[in-house]
Parts: sequence; structure tokens; C-alpha cells
Amino acid sequence: MNSGERTNIAAIEGVADFRLDGEGTGHPLGDWTTVPLGVAERSAQKARKGGALKSLNLSGLTKLDTNGALALLRLAEQAGSDGLIPLDNPKPEHARLLEVVIKAHGKDKPPPEDGTAIGRVLARLGETAVNQSKEGLELLSFVGAATVTIFGLLIRPWRIRWKPLFSQVEATGLNALPIVGLLNFLIGVVIAYQAANQLEKFGAQLLTVDSVGVGVLRELAVLITAIIIAGRSGSAFTAQIGSMRVNQEVDAMQALGLNPLEVLCAPRIIALMISLPLLVFYADVMGILGGAVAAMFALDITLVQFAKQLQAAVSIDHFWVGMVKAPVMAAVIAIIGCFHGLKVSSSAESVGRRTTQSVVQGVFFVIAIDAVFSIFFLLIGV
Amino acid sequence: MTEHNDQVFAIQVEGLRTQFGPVVVHDDLDLNVRKGEVLGVVGGSGTGKSVLLRTIIGLNRAAAGKITVLGQVVGEGEAKAERQLRRRWGVLFQDGALFSSLTVRENIETPMREHTELSTDLRCSAAELKIALSGLPPDAADKYPSELSGGMRKRAGLARALALDPDILFLDEPTAGLDPIGAANFDLLILELQKALGLTVVMITHDLDSLHAICDRVAVLINKKTQVDTIPNLMKIDHPWIQEYFGGPRGRAAVGSAERASAMSVGGSNLVEG
Repeated sequence: MNSGERTNIAAIEGVADFRLDGEGTGHPLGDWTTVPLGVAERSAQKARKGGALKSLNLSGLTKLDTNGALALLRLAEQAGSDGLIPLDNPKPEHARLLEVVIKAHGKDKPPPEDGTAIGRVLARLGETAVNQSKEGLELLSFVGAATVTIFGLLIRPWRIRWKPLFSQVEATGLNALPIVGLLNFLIGVVIAYQAANQLEKFGAQLLTVDSVGVGVLRELAVLITAIIIAGRSGSAFTAQIGSMRVNQEVDAMQALGLNPLEVLCAPRIIALMISLPLLVFYADVMGILGGAVAAMFALDITLVQFAKQLQAAVSIDHFWVGMVKAPVMAAVIAIIGCFHGLKVSSSAESVGRRTTQSVVQGVFFVIAIDAVFSIFFLLIGV
Repeated sequence: MTEHNDQVFAIQVEGLRTQFGPVVVHDDLDLNVRKGEVLGVVGGSGTGKSVLLRTIIGLNRAAAGKITVLGQVVGEGEAKAERQLRRRWGVLFQDGALFSSLTVRENIETPMREHTELSTDLRCSAAELKIALSGLPPDAADKYPSELSGGMRKRAGLARALALDPDILFLDEPTAGLDPIGAANFDLLILELQKALGLTVVMITHDLDSLHAICDRVAVLINKKTQVDTIPNLMKIDHPWIQEYFGGPRGRAAVGSAERASAMSVGGSNLVEG
């Protein structure tokens, strides 16, 4: 910064200083206004080390604002053992401002937080635990309410809102095709290469086809797709419904006698239960295609050979095991998305927080449900 | 523009033209705001009151014209000069526009943290001072905006607007949505602060009571231009909208209540209670 620029800024923003004379009188000088106040504060602290401050002479002040007046008051408070040290010779306009600030500054302070640090941590822990269990119960009752609403709609299908339902199928299904296809193709490639690498040691390269088929159909296609959809559509549901809550649209709906569960949640839940199984079927195809392409390059297995081996080795049961999980996961993702959307309070910040929660819980439940299904299928021997 | 004008006027708008696509909102609009006055801005819905305010504070680019605030042309200075200019005005948006992820105290500290080098201690105590000045209870400091009522959010917004002790205060419908008692208190608060801190206030309002109670002059937006004068002088202008606005039943009622209020509050300074 050159000196010309510096004087320029000083002219605009003012210069503040503080001197302490031999008799203990402090002289605030220049502009005690907000911007240069940091400098003034530091020079006052430095000057006070040179001797006790007994009074302040305000005649050297050119400008003062409320923050400057506050700084002077605090100085006077700190120097005085009980009460303020005298503030002498203020200009009339400064005296008036000081009076205003003294009046406002003297108001009650908020009480400091009580309790020890450990106590506060424990209190917070307890609070969190109570809130979490409350919310768990609320989620459970939401699942019930959503189920009742959807079955009610299935009995009276003319009440289903078809237009939003199909637009949600488009948004959650059709528009997700590129990303779901690409990721599952890559998963197929990865599985095929890894399996080929390991099985080569036993001379059983052809079993690569089995591992790709079983792995993709039974587990990976549905898991990967559900996780993508939890991140993509679950979050969208929360954000959409959440911003409607912030705008009080949900309140308006209720005031008009519309049930938000029926208008907002049911179309989304049903739509996702339609589109996720379709996406999983598509993911199965892409995953196996990825495996076949990788097998062609890595193992010189032609596509025809691959198809024949797949048909011989992998039973249709594996396909159905994967497929049957899809609607369940879809329902869970959609319900969690809608639940958090409706739980948004009136602030924009809570939309963000709820969206994060919706994705994390959605992904968690997808994996948890997959584990439950695995145990179930093991027990019934499929 | 002469040196003299800079001394008298806080804001000078010359030949302003704003438009959105084919829609012209202001055309060749002039407006001068004197230092230390309270100027009310009124006009029918859609006449561009908020647009004018947004243009003056540089949120909106004018199609033509020149806006000078505190002797500096808005939008033409270097980035540094623009930043310095922004420190010298405070804006209260319609619903407070508080940062929803921060508490009231943090909201007020944000401009100070950004623009000054105050110690943490002084900054904290300055935020408390602003909270007290704007008439909020001390325990509001650690609350989030979503926990406050509409009136309290406005007060918190005012406290944030005052954080850097600005020279000019812009208020966008400060009393809209407040109950009549709350609105009257808010008017008094603004007037007291304006007197104590020597602020220049530009206030968009539909509240005829506030216009009569605190505005020195009123700018009426008509036909894409402004008519600025005191209310008695404005009422002499033979324009149907002005006549209907100030001379209608609500306008006449407001004159009566303003006279009663000024008779009661002569010399009374109830800043903290306000």
C-alpha cells in the first residue's frame, strides 16, 4: 500500500488514538468510530500499562459513534474500581450519544450458562437421546400414516393424483437412467476383472460368469441403485417438501382441507415404488453387460459364450431375490424423504439439515434392509 | 455536482432509468436526500419503491443515470471504495433477512467481524448494545431467527443494520406486519435512534401513521418519477393518486392520530422502552 492511498483511506475512515498523560488523565483522540476502533482499543490497552487511568478527557475527540462510545464506557468501567471514572469535557453531541449508550448498556445482561462443563455435556447427551427416540417414534407413526393413506388410495384409485405421480416417475426413474446405467456397468466390469484375476489361479475362469451373474443380480444392482436413488430422489423429496413448508404451502394445504400425506407424500412414495424396480431391472442388464464386456477383453469369452454360461449357471431365483428388495427399499427411501421434508421447521437452514439427515438415514436403511433380506433368504434357503 | 451539494445531500439520484426487459420502472427520476432527514418513500404497488432502494444500494443496475451516495458514485468506484461505502449504510430488508443459521448476536457481529478489527470482547458487548438499542430483550441474543416473532426479527434486522454505526439507514417497510402498538413503538425507536445518532433515514412505507409521525419529507413515486415534499405541500398538488392517498379516510385518520401523538410525546424520550 503506498502512502498516498493510506492518507486517502484515513480521510474516509478516520484515525483514532489514545494518550495517557502524567496525571492519569486519558485522552482519546481523533475518530472513535467503528472502523478505526480496533486501533484505538489497542493503543488504549498499551497506554494503560504506563500508569493508572483516573479520568478521561474527551475534548480531543473529533467523531464518535455508538461503538466508540461503548469502547470509552468499557474503558471507564475497567479503570474505575466501583463505577465509572469521570468523563470530562465531552462535546454536546458526544455527551448525548454517551447518555444513550449508557442507558442501553446498563440493561440486564443475559444470565451466563450455569452448571459445569461435564454437566452440560451430560445434559446435551440426554437431550439428544430423548430427541432421537422421540423422532424414531414419530418416524414409526409416519410409516403407519403413510401406509394407511396409500392403502386408502388403492381402494379408491380415482383419488390418486396421477399427474404428479407420473411426473415423479419421470424425475426419479427416467432421468436417473444415465447415472444408474453407467455406475452399474462399471460395477459389472470391476466384478468381472476381480473374479477373473482370482479364479485364474484355479483355472476356473469360466466361473467369472457365475460370480458376475449372482453378484450383480442378487446384491449389487439393487444395492447400488437404491443408494444412488436415496442420494438423488430421497434428498429431492426432502428439499421439495421442506421448501414448501418454509413457504407455508403445507399449512395452506391443510387450511384448504387437503391432506399433505395424500397430496405430497403418496404420489412420491408410489412413484418411487414403480420406478426403482424398473431401474433395478435396467441396472441388472447394464451390470451383466459390463461383466460381459470385461470378460470379452480379459478372458476372451465371447458374448455368446457368456450368455450361454449365464443361462446354465445362474438360476432365475437370483434375479427375483434382487428384484423383490427393490419396492421395499423404494418405499423406505421415499417415506424417509417425505418424513424429513414435513419435519422442516420455518428456517431455510433446517431444509439443509433435514436433507442431509434424509440421505444418511436413507442409505443406512437401504443397507440394513439388505442385511435383513440376506438373513431371511438364508433361512428359507433361496 | 458541486462540493456544496455533497455537504447538503446524503444521496443524489440524477436521471435514473431502470428497466426489466421492456418494462420501464423509473424514467429520468431525480431524488435528493438531505443529510440527517427522514425521507419516506410511497407509491402504489408496482411503482418500483423497492427497486429504487435496491438500485441505490447497488443490488440492481440502473439502465441510465447517476447515483451518488455520500459523495461517491455507486457502482463506479474501485472494489475497495465500494466496500467502504457499504460500511456506511445499513439496510433493513422487509422480513429482517437475518442469516438463519446464525444467532441474533452472530448476525449482528457478522458485519463487525468482516469490516473491523475490534477485539472479541468489545464486539460481543457492541452486539449486546445494539440489541438493547433496538429494543430487544437481552435473552434474544442467543436465539435463532426462526425462534423470533416477526416484530422481533425486524428489531434484530435493525440491530444488524446499525452494527457498524452507519450514516444512512435504509428501511424497507419497517412497520409492515406489526400490530399498531408495535408499529408505533418501532416508529418512535427509529426516530430516537435517528436523533441520537444523527442518521439519514430512507424509509419505504405504506403506513400513513409512520409517514406523519417520523418523516420530514415524503417522496411519492408517480409516473416513473418522484415528487418530493413535506406532506402539507404534497397535498396541494392536484394529482388524483396523491389526493386519494393523503386525503382519503385513512390519510385523514392518520393526521388526527399523529397530532394526538405529538401532543403527548413532546420532549418525552423513551428510547429504551421504545
